[in-house]
Amino acid sequence: MPRKTIKDFNVERLQILDEHGVCDEELRPPLSDAQIRSLYEWMILARVFDEKAYKLQREGRLGTYASILGQEAAQIASALALEPSDWMFPSFREPGASMVRGLPLRMILQYWSGDERGSIIPQGQNDFPISIPVATQIPIGAGVAWGAKYKGDNIAVLVFLGDGATSKGDFHEGLNAAGVFSLPVVFFCQNNQWAISVPRHRQTAAETLAQKAIAYGFPGIQVDGNDVFAVYSATDEALKRARAGKGPTLIEAVTYRIGDHTTADDATRYRSTEEVAEWKNKDPIDRLIKYMATKKLWDEAYGQKVTAQARERVEAAVNEQENTPAADAKDIFLHTFQELPAELARQLEAFLNEIGQRDGNGAHNG
Amino acid sequence: MAKRTMVEAINLALQQEMTNDPSVLILGEDIGKDGGVFRVTQGLIEQFGEKRVVDTPVSESAIVGLAIGLAVYGLRPIAEIQFEGFSFAALEQLSCHASRIRTRTRGRYQCPLVVRIPYGGGIRAPEHHSDSNEAHFVHIPGLKVVVPSTPYEAKGLLLSAIRDPDPVIFMEPKRIYRALREEVPDDEYSIPLDRARVVGDGSDVTLIAWGAMLHVTLQAAKLMAAKGISSEIIDLRTLSPLDSNTLIDSVKKTKRAVVVHEAPRSCGVGAEIVARINEMALVYLEAPVERVTGFDTVTPLPKLEKLYLPDVGRVVHAIDRVMNF
Repeated sequence: MPRKTIKDFNVERLQILDEHGVCDEELRPPLSDAQIRSLYEWMILARVFDEKAYKLQREGRLGTYASILGQEAAQIASALALEPSDWMFPSFREPGASMVRGLPLRMILQYWSGDERGSIIPQGQNDFPISIPVATQIPIGAGVAWGAKYKGDNIAVLVFLGDGATSKGDFHEGLNAAGVFSLPVVFFCQNNQWAISVPRHRQTAAETLAQKAIAYGFPGIQVDGNDVFAVYSATDEALKRARAGKGPTLIEAVTYRIGDHTTADDATRYRSTEEVAEWKNKDPIDRLIKYMATKKLWDEAYGQKVTAQARERVEAAVNEQENTPAADAKDIFLHTFQELPAELARQLEAFLNEIGQRDGNGAHNG
Repeated sequence: MAKRTMVEAINLALQQEMTNDPSVLILGEDIGKDGGVFRVTQGLIEQFGEKRVVDTPVSESAIVGLAIGLAVYGLRPIAEIQFEGFSFAALEQLSCHASRIRTRTRGRYQCPLVVRIPYGGGIRAPEHHSDSNEAHFVHIPGLKVVVPSTPYEAKGLLLSAIRDPDPVIFMEPKRIYRALREEVPDDEYSIPLDRARVVGDGSDVTLIAWGAMLHVTLQAAKLMAAKGISSEIIDLRTLSPLDSNTLIDSVKKTKRAVVVHEAPRSCGVGAEIVARINEMALVYLEAPVERVTGFDTVTPLPKLEKLYLPDVGRVVHAIDRVMNF
């Protein structure tokens, strides 16, 4: 018997708006002028926020922070494809997506300043707090999708992950289960080429990350992650598939982490300035500006106004965050369980007595 | 009322709570048509269907991760990990998410999840099927850890675990899954998750155990009774949060204590119990608190397993030591 091919696979790549601002109008998602402006304005807000967060960290006013510079299109355009009733699971590099979803900028800063209260997701915003352990949010996101399916709620779940996450067991376990149970979930991989210092080709010998979906029995697609239209279009399509009961999708958004891994990292130790410069030429905002200018949706005055408004909004958030009083020492204990167990109550009481005696000012650690 | 084994009592609790509450669903490996490798979930898929009794891929991290998602979405999932030796793959989900989501969000999200784990030795099982790893879970703040010791206890504690608003690790001592039958009411009853049980009043020594070791301890107490030593026996029930008050009240009365557990000795739950007795009742003690435990070794395969597991003789010797200090 001769060997024969029993399965043959293709991996698609979608690009609609190239780095020169040239757009394939046939593929362009049907967004109104106002929606295109909104994409632009969110991306500017995210970039201004990111710059400010970086500066605050350098000034000692913020803890470790993970920059999103260069990845604005991937996370803004995908988050804008969500309905408010959908759920979103960020990894730890999606403040842009979180602000689109409604998380106040103040709270994003609050979290990175070292205050858990930045993770009290506002009521009505169906998002999980960020997940620092890589890929662990994937099975949980699939679990929420299962919950929605169980209850008959017509929603989808968008789970963000990075290229490094595709090497973790939870990526495999989560995507595998999502495929088996045909769950309404979209896995959105921001492939930014670097997991701290380890390049994408060290994460997997596979040519694309998108093709990993094939092994789990559902579609995977690669998109130009710096192209807002490709990201929006692919995410919108995948979310609609999910809500229609057609199961999961994996999207690989090819982008680039222009900044360091976090403010605690120095990327010049492991990658060339030429590589970074090459990717700066593919900037997602620059190409959208070029496109919008040809459509008369952008001029210098509008650009300046948007940036000025973003700065104002970010400054107000910084001010508000920095004037938020620190939490009480009791806050460490009180939410461990719904009801405080006797032993924890004893520990808390002993601790409050001790700091009360030491500081003479009760429980406040502010 | 009927006499039931622990397997039957747990099955009954699952069946009743699934009937009461449509948000309860169970997931795990081989729990559907097969009824679970220990038959704990037998008949449930026939009664409740594949939507609520869900066979999963062999993916312990996903089983717990999915269950966390279900719980956060407002359901009441009960996940089964087939043997304790496979629970390690799920520790990251339990430690990084299930146990923390309430604190991280200051109560905005909660995780009312039960993870059932058959654990412990004594059934002549293969490698990785006989460990007592309860201390791993006890050391994760935000998890409750419950171990039933009899069929009656198992039903009442499991009902409380399912209804609890926080994640509960429900560890089932597989050695006594079928070793004894007792009256287990058909009616619903629940047993609180923060109270140890005084099994028998005594005046000379307090014996503290849980799960399968309770029965070894009871036998030892019986032998000692014949020698005129009166033991007060405490079934801990919930290892986290630990009910110090019941322990301390008893130790203050008897002035002597022995802790018995299968798990390795160092940093086992016994170590915490000794520490609490030191903190709260040291001056009452007539003798150092004794521990009868497994060793700081790998749990041996069946041919040497009996030597590793605390037995009646070792417990009797420990009681002798505290009585004759």
